[in-house]
Amino acid sequence: MTGFAETCLLFILTLVLALPLGLLICFGAMSRFKPLSWLMKGIVWIIRGTPLLLQIIVVFYGPGLLFDYPMRSRFIAVLIAFVINYACYFSEIYRGGIQSVSKGQNEASQVLGLTKIQTFFFVVLPQVIKHIVPPMSNEIITLVKDTSLARIIGVVELIMVAQQLVNNYVILWPLFYAGLFYLIFNGGLTLLFRFVEKKLSYYKV
Amino acid sequence: MAFLEVKGIEKKFGSTEVLKGIDFELEKGQVLTIIGSSGSGKTTLLRCLNYLETADQGVVRLEDKIIFDGKAAKSIKQSEISQNRLNFGLVFQSFNLFPQYNALKNVMLSPNLSFKRTVKDRKKSIAEKNKDLPFGKKQIVCFCELRAQKKAWYAENKKKAETLLERVGLADKMNNYPCELSGGQQQRVAIARALAMEPKILCFDEPTSALDPELTGEVLKVIRGLKNADSTMIIVTHEMEFARNVSDKVIFMANGIIEEEGAPEEVFGNPKSEKLRSFLANSSNK
Repeated sequence: MTGFAETCLLFILTLVLALPLGLLICFGAMSRFKPLSWLMKGIVWIIRGTPLLLQIIVVFYGPGLLFDYPMRSRFIAVLIAFVINYACYFSEIYRGGIQSVSKGQNEASQVLGLTKIQTFFFVVLPQVIKHIVPPMSNEIITLVKDTSLARIIGVVELIMVAQQLVNNYVILWPLFYAGLFYLIFNGGLTLLFRFVEKKLSYYKV
Repeated sequence: MAFLEVKGIEKKFGSTEVLKGIDFELEKGQVLTIIGSSGSGKTTLLRCLNYLETADQGVVRLEDKIIFDGKAAKSIKQSEISQNRLNFGLVFQSFNLFPQYNALKNVMLSPNLSFKRTVKDRKKSIAEKNKDLPFGKKQIVCFCELRAQKKAWYAENKKKAETLLERVGLADKMNNYPCELSGGQQQRVAIARALAMEPKILCFDEPTSALDPELTGEVLKVIRGLKNADSTMIIVTHEMEFARNVSDKVIFMANGIIEEEGAPEEVFGNPKSEKLRSFLANSSNK
């Protein structure tokens, strides 16, 4: 049961923190200020180009080895790694969504005297959300399953608990139940996203 | 002094000169149509007037006020541009309605959002009026009054938007989304949307070019209706019959300059330049 709570907490916190952070990274990468854009693109390249498993290890052991300032909490370390990793993936999804909104929408807003911020929130963002729901749902379902990687540095999540039960009692069932949990969780998410997509289908872009 | 005075507009894209010095004048309530073959710079001229492109040179003067100066264009503030840009409305070839909002909301959106620009002054005047109230109560009263003003503003906009949509003949389509409307209906919503900001001059960039031939009529009818209501308009169009009937003044553009201009009877009835003659011959063959 502790494993279940830990997995859910990790999932929700990652989502809540990575969604806005991804948008910031996306703005950075699309910025006209070149050094910022390069920096963000570089970060996205590194994070997407290396395994998440490795990133968790680096975040957990890195501060201790480099600055003599060891990570106190294993959970926080995993959370940081997840948030950065997923924010990078999300930022690319946002970028695709923003670029899919036609230039004419921006021009129409400009001519009507909307400010840049108003244009983004009232014209562009609603269309972006519609565009990104399918790729987002994909990424979020992957996140549910990726939480199982947290056990590499000893965070007691679902699979870890199941594994311990397997070792202690020499039975395989706990792993099967763990799998069932992921299946049900993702089934719920799939239904949720289908509902959201349907809600947004009242207009076509 | 003319109502609108455009002088020496030049625009380059890279090394291509698109506009090579455009001058014209327009009186209040007049309709100007700009004709010419593709690539002659008509659309670019319109986009320069609407600040979608920044002209390299030239001056635009509206009611004796300089609203664009090529020399100062680089240093001008964004807020000033937004202010000046509202003198012009623009209707696009491809409508560019906001797909997530219904027709009514499309028309209301920009006037509603323009409330924000007045918030500062409103706050000040409300605070001035209630300055004798004790702390706490004062803030609440100010907040409520601003809310009430906002509500009144929105209600008024809604009424205005409904009137505009009725005027373009879409009273029964107010709650439809753009994807549920035909091209002609979408363009009429776009005209209502442009009118909602009450521009002094309304520009049309080939308003019927993206429409099926049987739908152009309804849009042209709306524009004709606007002419009767004394709107000042600049229309870029390929509809020669329409240009001839509706305009007070016609400009024929070729290769970035005004090749010929004058009253429609003159330009269409008695074309002087060789280019205009061949252009008119070609377009009437279509």
